Amino acid sequence: MGRLTTHLCGIELDNPVIPASGTFGYGYEFAQLYDINMLGTFSFKGTTKDARFGNPTPRIAETPSGMINSVGLQNPGVEKVISEELPKLKKCFNKPVMANVSGFSIEDYAYTCERLDKEEQVGWLEVNISCPNVHGGGMAFGTSASAAAEVVHAVKKVTTKPVIIKLSPNVTDIAEIAKACEEAGADGISLINTILSMEIDIARRRPVLKNNMGGLSGSAVFPIALRMVYQVAHAVKVPVIGMGGVSSAEDVIKMILAGACAVEVGAANLVDPYACKKIIEDLPCVMDKYNIDNLKDIIGGAKPWEET
Amino acid sequence: MKQGYFDIAENIKLTKNIFRMKLTGDTSAFTAPGQFLNIKLDGLYLRRPISLCDLNGKEMTVIYKTVGKGTEKMSFMPAGERLDILTGLGNGYDLEKAGDRPLLIGGGVGVPPLYLLARRLKEQSRNVTVILGFNTADEIFYEDEFKRLGCNVQVTTADGSYGVKGFVTDAMPGEYSYIYTCGPEPMLKAVYRASKTSGQFSFEERMGCGFGACMGCSCKTVTGYKRICKDGPVLEKEEILWED
Repeated sequence: MGRLTTHLCGIELDNPVIPASGTFGYGYEFAQLYDINMLGTFSFKGTTKDARFGNPTPRIAETPSGMINSVGLQNPGVEKVISEELPKLKKCFNKPVMANVSGFSIEDYAYTCERLDKEEQVGWLEVNISCPNVHGGGMAFGTSASAAAEVVHAVKKVTTKPVIIKLSPNVTDIAEIAKACEEAGADGISLINTILSMEIDIARRRPVLKNNMGGLSGSAVFPIALRMVYQVAHAVKVPVIGMGGVSSAEDVIKMILAGACAVEVGAANLVDPYACKKIIEDLPCVMDKYNIDNLKDIIGGAKPWEET
Repeated sequence: MKQGYFDIAENIKLTKNIFRMKLTGDTSAFTAPGQFLNIKLDGLYLRRPISLCDLNGKEMTVIYKTVGKGTEKMSFMPAGERLDILTGLGNGYDLEKAGDRPLLIGGGVGVPPLYLLARRLKEQSRNVTVILGFNTADEIFYEDEFKRLGCNVQVTTADGSYGVKGFVTDAMPGEYSYIYTCGPEPMLKAVYRASKTSGQFSFEERMGCGFGACMGCSCKTVTGYKRICKDGPVLEKEEILWED
């Protein structure tokens, strides 16, 4: 076992670095640049029951140290992902992959997860609960502990593989939602999804995004993500994956110190397609600098100051 | 696609807000005119996609308009500065479809990618006609460069201060074998309606990554969803679906 080895819900990862869903497609664009088998794993493009185009363009806006997107889960639908994308993926990636699933009803989530759970290469299901519930007045599942728990129950009932729930940061108390998911049977928690935000074009007096609002990611969100990972890791016993603005080996180590056992890298892949490769290559050097022998030894190792 | 570092060899002003930058480095990822590059700039999060205007061995030329923070910043960069650039992005134009009398139509900052295309078509000894559309005489650039390639060049200005008064469609000849075009969407739409032959149209959209990963710049076409950055920016006339 190497210095970077970690475990995620019973599956060993060579290293904790995982490209986040929506920033890595189904892997091929990156497989043309480097051998993506060096990754811990990766979380593929958010998949829904039916094919989706997503929201109208423009759906990308730049912000200080980050970007806002309102892509809206463009994907070919679960059947095509299984029949077309996964066979192609198998040719360039020989590790278990994380299947990212979204839905707009409890039934959607259960259906899509059940289909992907049967795929051999799928190691984990990562369930994105930041989507609006069409039967619940459009409120996102992830903003209510009971709605989040309902999704977990429904998915766990029809699946055999580890179910990781990806939390929305757009809530008052994220630890409460995480606990509700854990109690409902979630095998792991990943966080954070993007932060609801906006950008305005002064000259046109219009929001830049056609959808008006979108999700903020990139370096700008890292401190918020780190705080939330810390809070959730201290509230639940299941493994936690930290993400949100991670762009360096140092960021990965901070996430692990906050309590994450693995770390997803999102927007950084869009700016530098080699971002994950560089982070993995930099990790041993940065670990040496801080006298860290083994990443596993420092999970949750950031000791809080005494409260006064 | 390749990532590499390029040195600025030249960065000069062509008109009041149009600049030309020549960069040297490994340009081997480019395979067709109409492709683009994506430039990382210090202090700005996303890269800036700019179309390839010309290519000579290790030297590539881009022509850009200062429209925002990124291009403003670029316009002040001195020769000698080094930039992190992704090259060889997008599909580019297909020369095989040109026929013997291709018509190239460019509007404003949509003109640059047609330059390398015109050069390649002239190298194949085709009879190339180019229409360059601008708003006013002081916005015109590259008329002489296209003429020096041996193209028949027509310039239009919306206010009539130079060349044909009106839009690019007012200068379209009666006969041509194929159309290649790049420019603002209203111009592309007008060319689409006025064109008598098949053609290739180059589109623009706000991009996240520029290499097909984020789905930020997708559009709907007759043949399904396409990413402007990866499956485009050049679309076949027959697959274009105009929205609104």
